[in-house]
Amino acid sequence: MISRLFNFRGGVKPEPHKSESSGTPIEKAPLPKRLVIPLRQSLRSTARCLVEPGQKVLKGEQIGQGEGALGTGVHASTSGTVVEIAPYPMAHASGLETLSVVIAPDGEERWIDRAPFDYRKVSREEALGWLRSCGILGLGGAGFPTHVKLGSGTGIDTLVINGAECEPWITCDDRLMRERAADVLSGAMILRELIGARRVLVGIEDNKPDAIERMRAAASGVGDDVAVVAVPALYPAGGERQLIRVLTGIEIPQGKFGTDFGVQCFNVGTAEAVHRAIQFGEPLLSRIVTLTGNVARPGNYEILLGTQVAELLALVGPKADTDRYIMGGPMMGIELQSLGVPVTATTNCIIAASPALFPPPPPEQPCIRCGECARACPADLQPFELYWFSRAKNFGKAREYHLFDCIECGCCAYVCPSHIPLVDYFRFSKGEIQAREHERTASEQARTRFEFRNFRQEREKAEKAAKLAAKVAETRAKRPEAATAPETAAAPEPAASPEDLKKALVAAALARAKQQKAAVTPKNTDRLSAETQAEIAAIDARREKLTTQDADKTP
Amino acid sequence: MLNSPYIRKPASVQGVMLAVLVALIPALVVYAWQIAAVVLVNLAIATATAMAGEAFVLKLRARPIAPALSDLSAVVTAWLVVLCFPPILPWWATVLGVLIAIVAVKHLYGGLGQNPFNPAMVAYCAMIVAFPALMSQWPPAGQLDFQTQLGLVLGGVRELDGITGATALDTVKTGLRAAGATVETVMAQGSFGLVGGRGWEWLAPAYAAGGAYLLARRVITWHMPAAFLVALAMISGAFWLANPGQFTSPLFHLASGGAMLGAFFIVTDPVSGATTPRGKLIFAAGVALVAYVIRVFGAFPEGIAFAVLLMNICVPLIDMNTQPRVFGYRGDKTR
Ligand code: SF4
Ligand code: SF4
Repeated sequence: MISRLFNFRGGVKPEPHKSESSGTPIEKAPLPKRLVIPLRQSLRSTARCLVEPGQKVLKGEQIGQGEGALGTGVHASTSGTVVEIAPYPMAHASGLETLSVVIAPDGEERWIDRAPFDYRKVSREEALGWLRSCGILGLGGAGFPTHVKLGSGTGIDTLVINGAECEPWITCDDRLMRERAADVLSGAMILRELIGARRVLVGIEDNKPDAIERMRAAASGVGDDVAVVAVPALYPAGGERQLIRVLTGIEIPQGKFGTDFGVQCFNVGTAEAVHRAIQFGEPLLSRIVTLTGNVARPGNYEILLGTQVAELLALVGPKADTDRYIMGGPMMGIELQSLGVPVTATTNCIIAASPALFPPPPPEQPCIRCGECARACPADLQPFELYWFSRAKNFGKAREYHLFDCIECGCCAYVCPSHIPLVDYFRFSKGEIQAREHERTASEQARTRFEFRNFRQEREKAEKAAKLAAKVAETRAKRPEAATAPETAAAPEPAASPEDLKKALVAAALARAKQQKAAVTPKNTDRLSAETQAEIAAIDARREKLTTQDADKTP
Repeated sequence: MLNSPYIRKPASVQGVMLAVLVALIPALVVYAWQIAAVVLVNLAIATATAMAGEAFVLKLRARPIAPALSDLSAVVTAWLVVLCFPPILPWWATVLGVLIAIVAVKHLYGGLGQNPFNPAMVAYCAMIVAFPALMSQWPPAGQLDFQTQLGLVLGGVRELDGITGATALDTVKTGLRAAGATVETVMAQGSFGLVGGRGWEWLAPAYAAGGAYLLARRVITWHMPAAFLVALAMISGAFWLANPGQFTSPLFHLASGGAMLGAFFIVTDPVSGATTPRGKLIFAAGVALVAYVIRVFGAFPEGIAFAVLLMNICVPLIDMNTQPRVFGYRGDKTR
């Protein structure tokens, strides 16, 4: 079906380190001592809590009601007792705390009643509502609610299933495809039906021959509009936009969505979760996580959502020189600030890091404009120019050179012979632009307030002056015979009025001048797309984390 | 705290510079063997000067010395200065040239990565303007024994006319001024080899071999050498086809003077050159064009150094107007 693959420019080939964890079958992690299930699902939505401390819950019971368009259901991942509803650190780049439901498992794993959901018998909206209440999110990384992605689906031609898994070390999708290919494909078929796509393309990096073979075998019975395609192993081939580009040739710019171009992309893990939700009526309660790095028993484990990272470490046995933990891959992952963070739908990998495995980068040297970074950039940016503008705090220029098209994939920093932490500069610039945006809004509000006060004062003064004038006129009219004497008494008052008016005029002029000045101030941070704003919000959160963490560190 | 990415490619500035030095070795071998072994002495003088000069300036600027010295960028500059200077230059001229390159060009603009001009080329231009006679004395290939060469370099012996001559480019240029002279008659009297100056022409393939190594190591991209060589061949070819009596062949231009050195080691300087793929093509082709004009119609026999500096000035303009299309902006002309 596919005649050719397209390629995206740039990309890097770091050491894959996949073999450490790809060899052993997925293992079910034992029940943890307690589960911490965050109610906050994304920066934009927090679920409403449905349970109280002391309440008994069943496995799969809904404990949080998704609110707003982006909200999804939250469920108890096992049966037990709710012991606490309190803020806990969340598995987000920010490391901020978020309201979480803490459950003490009873060890019985008693399920709610569950039954297959016949999505063909109901309307499309109802089917999406079911996925929403099952808490199905993108398991690939961004954690975008699946019902939302499906909901925008009209005119979708191609459904892309992402099995590329291009980050080093991570193998959870690889194992999933090898062991549950049929389930993944079943989920993909449901997704295709719900989104109305004509064809399905499953993209898998060609360094996973076994996964490709299993998925092909599973796809062989389905029809020839489903293709499992081996894509070249090149980071970041698993980036949604990059994979879509490789498979279809379509380039989706930042700020646009696949649906605008007739494609939509879901992770293989998401497809499996959809399969479970529809065929068994199971909400999203667990996911496969790669535990690897500087550990004795690296592997892939099926882990209940809400399991704290600290409890996972016993499974794999971190070695003595482990100095920190990275959630996600080494190119884009985050360093964990606390081992108390729970596994969530987007946690695909936890890497124990040691100075030997991840040595600190050598000292930064001057940029020699070698252009390596530009050659590696999958967004076709000129990172060294962005670096230069960021250093010079020339944010307008940085935006002009497409700073916000940077996906923070890290390829540029990876290749730079001068060891410049380019991505950090870009994060800084994005954050700075965001901060200025805030400031601008704030000052705009202040200006409005100021103007209104001026207006009010002016009005009051004018009213006062008018009243006075009326009064004087009245007095005059009443005592026309005593024209001279009262006039001396009344004179100072009307004299004060012009002075007041003058003051008001000056104030008004000042305000106008100020307003004009504000109007000509260049605005380089407005008109951001929704996605960019979300990105900015994420950066902000990261920045906040940095500051809070610094505060933590100070004794 | 460290942020992602947590892994780095084992690449370093030092590695890049080392690759350039390695790539120059074939040419140095040919040079020492075919033309003047004293080039190795010059190399030592220049290297020491560059290191000392670099350390001195860094000290003045209160910057850490060790990392900058060990990145080898000063050594590369020193070697390039030596290779574009006549090999029998007295030692002080070499020292002066290297100091111009390192102190004036590199550090007065802020150090590695900041200089808008190619250091070696500025040094060459400054020296040929200041010491035109000295900078035009090139030894005929393989005719001076090492003793004499050493005497010229270290002792300041200057019995110039008997032992030195002009380069092939120079000979052609002055020769063609005579009435009735054609390329053929000039070439018949001068010391010409197969395609370029005798002995000197062998340097061209040696530089090309080094260039191939740099391309293979991905230190340079194909854009600059290809654009430079193709442009030089096309321009000289056009003139040659129009009037073979008055204009030398493209092959002669490619094999003579600093063409190959320029193609692979000078125009490819990342710091002072254009950086976008299209910009690189424009930059290198521009150098070739200006160099040809100076070679054939200008006051100097060799034009690459001036051409490079002229194009260096244009780099911001070139880069600005050749920004590649960003991912996802296909057909978007607004950018
Ligand atoms: S890779 Fe590093 S040294 Fe090279 S141009 Fe980019 S930022 Fe500069
Ligand atoms: S981090 Fe940004 S600039 Fe760097 S390679 Fe990735 S997209 Fe390009």
